[in-house]
Amino acid sequence: MGFRHKDIIALKDLTKEEIELLLDTADNLSEINQRDIKKVPTLRGKTVINLFYEASTRTRTSFEIAAKRLSADAVNITASTSSVVKGETLSDTAANILAMKPDIIVMRHSVSGAHEYLAKRVSCSVINAGDGAHEHPSQGLLDMLTMRQKFGKLAGLKVAIVGDITHSRVARSNIYGLTTMGAQVFLAGPPTMMPPGIERLGNVTVCKDMREAVDQADVVMMLRIQLERQGKTLLPSMREYSRYFGLNPAVLALAKKDAIVMHPGPINRGVELASSVADCDQSAIMKQVENGVAVRMAMLYHVCGGEPVE
Amino acid sequence: MAENTVILDGTGVKRALTRIAHEVLEKNKGVEGLVLVGIRTGGVHLAQELGARLSEIEGVEVPVGAVDITMYRDDIKGHHEHLPVGKTELPFSVEGKKVVLVDDVLFTGRTIRAAMDAIFDQGRPSCIQLAVLVDRGHRDLPIRADFVGRNVPTSRSENIMVAFDADNKPTEVILQK
Repeated sequence: MGFRHKDIIALKDLTKEEIELLLDTADNLSEINQRDIKKVPTLRGKTVINLFYEASTRTRTSFEIAAKRLSADAVNITASTSSVVKGETLSDTAANILAMKPDIIVMRHSVSGAHEYLAKRVSCSVINAGDGAHEHPSQGLLDMLTMRQKFGKLAGLKVAIVGDITHSRVARSNIYGLTTMGAQVFLAGPPTMMPPGIERLGNVTVCKDMREAVDQADVVMMLRIQLERQGKTLLPSMREYSRYFGLNPAVLALAKKDAIVMHPGPINRGVELASSVADCDQSAIMKQVENGVAVRMAMLYHVCGGEPVE
Repeated sequence: MAENTVILDGTGVKRALTRIAHEVLEKNKGVEGLVLVGIRTGGVHLAQELGARLSEIEGVEVPVGAVDITMYRDDIKGHHEHLPVGKTELPFSVEGKKVVLVDDVLFTGRTIRAAMDAIFDQGRPSCIQLAVLVDRGHRDLPIRADFVGRNVPTSRSENIMVAFDADNKPTEVILQK
């Protein structure tokens, strides 16, 4: 079973076998990150361009490290320091970048669907590093890898995803990925942040109360309140949000004893996650960051040489 | 219709491995500083077998590791879909060690070159020796095995396959025409 995609735009596009292959590859590649010499010659001579239209620390750094560990040349372009501020369109930026013959473009964009638009216009591979409120496939994969390493499987796991579901591309990628892999997903969040009809995505249950979602969960995934993506009208106050949808030790006690706490970062401490929970033994947040490099190495490795999907 | 010829049966494989074990001990004057590294996947099973024989003869456990060479291949451009990546597991330092690299079939030598690159990325061994169950010729690179179970001259169109049972024990070597 191989991976034949030229691009990775969304986990929705991937089969169970393809997700499994990416996770297996990442799991095996994670050994490279523990070595003294953290480098293999696999993508020597390939050029990876990280084109980030939105602020990012860990995703961009993680993709850059992943590319460099595979011996590719990585170039970073951030929108604030590029011709985008001069009014250049995405299509023109892409054409200009393409003229420099990159092999892979890793892009983050605030508009959902921007990657699909780009992938259709360029011959090189495109990896989605987050598009609007649509998907964040590398985050979904690293989350699944972290769960699989802890529990040895994904099928049958109860995963609670709590917070701003509407604006979360992390939630969407996890819902697609986890349900494809046979996990049960329970969602909780303020009704103003819960998209109607989300149950139709698969094995997803919407809970009115966060406690119901967390009860006997194997994984509690907290989402960041994305103040930059929403008006204040969705929340009466941060204090109230924290009271009803923040994870504190009392709520975490409802989950299984060996449950893990996850968060895509950056954390709003004291809002969605109590500091004591963010730093507790059950927190897998740093493991998620660690796994991010291995997952992105796997994505870069498998798209390089893939074919356009008909 | 492919024609299969058994080159080595189960007993033949056992004898070959026992002979290689003795040759390894003779060349290295014992197991001091010796580690075995199998190339995934067939080489790993053979390295474990070889390790067991060395331990039986010397009464000392010889460390056995595994190296996956997928990320070190020189033919990545030729594949439309990339090969699955295996895990490199070296539960010891190779620094200053006598490494015996183990593989099932020695063919072009490109796998061995990749494996040597992978080992040097983990440290600097004092030397690397090569043990293979079958040498079928057709080298593209100047690589020669130190220990060979059986030399089998082949044509490029033929294939050599080492079969393993459910417990990963080698059962026979087959020439496919």
